[in-house]
Amino acid sequence: MTATLTAEPDAIQPDYDIRTSTMSLGRRLRNGLASVFMVGTFIVATIPLAMVSWTVLSKGLSMVGPKFLTEDIPRQYRSVGPGMGPAIVGTIVMTAVASLLAIPLGVLGAIYLSEYGRQKPFARLVRTMADVMTGVPSIVMGLFIFVAFVLPYGQKSGLAGGLALACLMLPIVIRSSEEMLRLVPEDLRAASTALGARRWKTTVSVVLPAALTGITSGAMLAIARAAGETAPLIATAGVVYSANWSISGQNTALSAQIFRNASQPFPGAQARAWGAALTLIVIVFLFTVAARIVANRFSSRTI
Amino acid sequence: MTQPVSPPATVQTTVPPRPQTTAAGSGASRDGEQPAIVFEVRDLSVYYGNFRAVREVNLDIRQTEITAFIGPSGCGKSTVLRCFDRMNDLIPGARAEGTLNYHGVPLYGPDVDPVEVRRRIGMVFQKPNPFPKSIYDNVAYGPRLGGTRKRAALDSIVEESLTKAALWDEVKDRLKESALGMSGGQQQRLCIARAIATRPEVVLMDEPCSALDPIATARIEDLMQEIKNEFTIVIVTHNMQQAARVSDATAFFSTEINPESDRRTGLLVEFDRTETIFSNPSDERTENYITGRFG
Repeated sequence: MTATLTAEPDAIQPDYDIRTSTMSLGRRLRNGLASVFMVGTFIVATIPLAMVSWTVLSKGLSMVGPKFLTEDIPRQYRSVGPGMGPAIVGTIVMTAVASLLAIPLGVLGAIYLSEYGRQKPFARLVRTMADVMTGVPSIVMGLFIFVAFVLPYGQKSGLAGGLALACLMLPIVIRSSEEMLRLVPEDLRAASTALGARRWKTTVSVVLPAALTGITSGAMLAIARAAGETAPLIATAGVVYSANWSISGQNTALSAQIFRNASQPFPGAQARAWGAALTLIVIVFLFTVAARIVANRFSSRTI
Repeated sequence: MTQPVSPPATVQTTVPPRPQTTAAGSGASRDGEQPAIVFEVRDLSVYYGNFRAVREVNLDIRQTEITAFIGPSGCGKSTVLRCFDRMNDLIPGARAEGTLNYHGVPLYGPDVDPVEVRRRIGMVFQKPNPFPKSIYDNVAYGPRLGGTRKRAALDSIVEESLTKAALWDEVKDRLKESALGMSGGQQQRLCIARAIATRPEVVLMDEPCSALDPIATARIEDLMQEIKNEFTIVIVTHNMQQAARVSDATAFFSTEINPESDRRTGLLVEFDRTETIFSNPSDERTENYITGRFG
C-alpha cells in the first residue's frame, strides 16, 4: 500500500498489477465475516419457521380430512375424533365482516391522510392515533366491543366478533395503505393535475391504481392477522358447536377452538387443536397466495 | 433540428429591455402585425412564504410563437412558467403578486378555476412522467377527463396526438402496452402527445429535453417546430443553443443577492426577439451569459 508512491520507475508498479488486491487484509476479513454473519442469521431466522411448520404438520395432518372440515364440534372435550366445521365457518364469517368494515374505511382513511390531510394538524393526530392503535393489545379491542356492543345488546355474536377484529385491522390497513400511497411519485400527481384533473379524479384514476398492489398486500396482512386473533373473539363471539353462517347469534372461530381445546388435558381435544391450527395456517396461506395473484393481475393490467 | 429560426417579424418592436420601466399594458396594441398576446405579465413577483423567489417580471407571450426562458439555476424561470398554469397553487405558501393576464383575464382572479386553466394550458415536465398505464390510456386521459367517452372519437384523438408528437409510427402496433416500457425520449414525446390531446391553446415545457440524449432532443425540437402553428409554446431550457434554435422570443433571467436573506431572488434581465438576444443583447449581463462569461 505505502510502497506505491515510492516505487522505482523501472520496476513493475504494483498499482498496475490487477491480480493483487489493494484492499487491506482487515477490510477483506470484515467483508468475509459480514457475509458469513448474513447467511448465518438467515438460517437462524428460518429455524423457528421450519420447526413450527413441521410440528403443526406432523401433529395436525392425521386429524385433517373431509370429516374434520365439515362435522360439528363435539360437545365433550374428552371425545375423540373430528369436527371443526363450525369454527371454519365462524372464522370465515367474522373475518369477512371485519374485512368489509375495515378495508374500505381504512383505505379511505389512508387516502385522506396521504392525499388531502398530508401535514395538517388533524391528519397528524389521526396518523399518531393509528400508530398507537396498531400497538394496542388485541384483548383491549375485544373488551371495548364487549362493553360498547355486547353488553348493550345482551348477547355475544359473530357480528360483535367481526367488529372487534375490524377495530384491530383498521389501524393496520390505514398505515400500510398510506405508506403505499405515499410511494406513488409526486410526478404522476403533477401530470394528472396539469391535464386538468381534480384531486379526487387524480386519486382514483392515477394514484390508487399505482398503489393497488401494495394496498392489497397490506390488507392481506391485516386479514391474516385478524383471522389468527383469539383474545378479542373469546370476549365477544361466544361459542357454538354447530355451524352458524349468520352474523347474529353466537359463533366460534378456529383460533378460539385452538385455545379451548389445547388447554384441555384430553388427547382427543389436543389433537383437534393441532388439526385446527393446521387448518388455520392453510387458510391464511391460501388467502395470501390468492391475493398475490389477484394483485399481480390487476397491476399488470393497469400498468 | 437545423431548421432556421423563424423569420424576424417585419417590424422589430422590442419589449423594453429593462422590465422595471415597462408601463402596464403598453405592449398590448402597439403593433397590429405581431401575433396576439396570450399572456400579459406585468410586475409579476412570486413568493414562497415570505421569500420572494422572482421579482417584477414583465413580458408578453404571443400566439403561435415559441418563447424560451433561459438563465442560470435558481433564477425563477420554472417558477414563472408554473404560474401560467397555476401549478404553483400546489405548493403550500406559494403565491403570485402583480398582473398575469390570459387573453386579458387575470389568471389569478377570484372567479378563475385553476382546473379550467390547466385544461386550456398544457404542460410537459422535466422528467418524462407517463402514467403507469397503456400508451393509449396515457394519451386518452385528458380527453376522457373532458368527457369524451366514445371509442371512435378517442381513437382518432389518440392517433392524431401521437402523430403530431412524431410517435405514431413507432407505437401504433403496441398501443395497449405499458408506457413504462418505452425509452426516455419516447416517453417524453408521449407526454407531449398527452399534453396536446386536450387541444390546449398553450403548451408549457419545463426543460423537456434535459433528461434526453442529443438525438431524442433533436426529435423534440423538430416536433416543436411542427406543432408551433397550432400551439403557443413556452419552453424553459438550460441549453442556450436550444433556445437559439427553436424560439422566436427569448427571456433571460438571472439572480441577484436578496438583501433580506442569503437566498437569491430571480429577476428578468432582458426580453426580446431571439435574434436580438443572441446577436445584439442590450444588457451586459445577457451578453456575459450567452458568451459564457457569466459570473
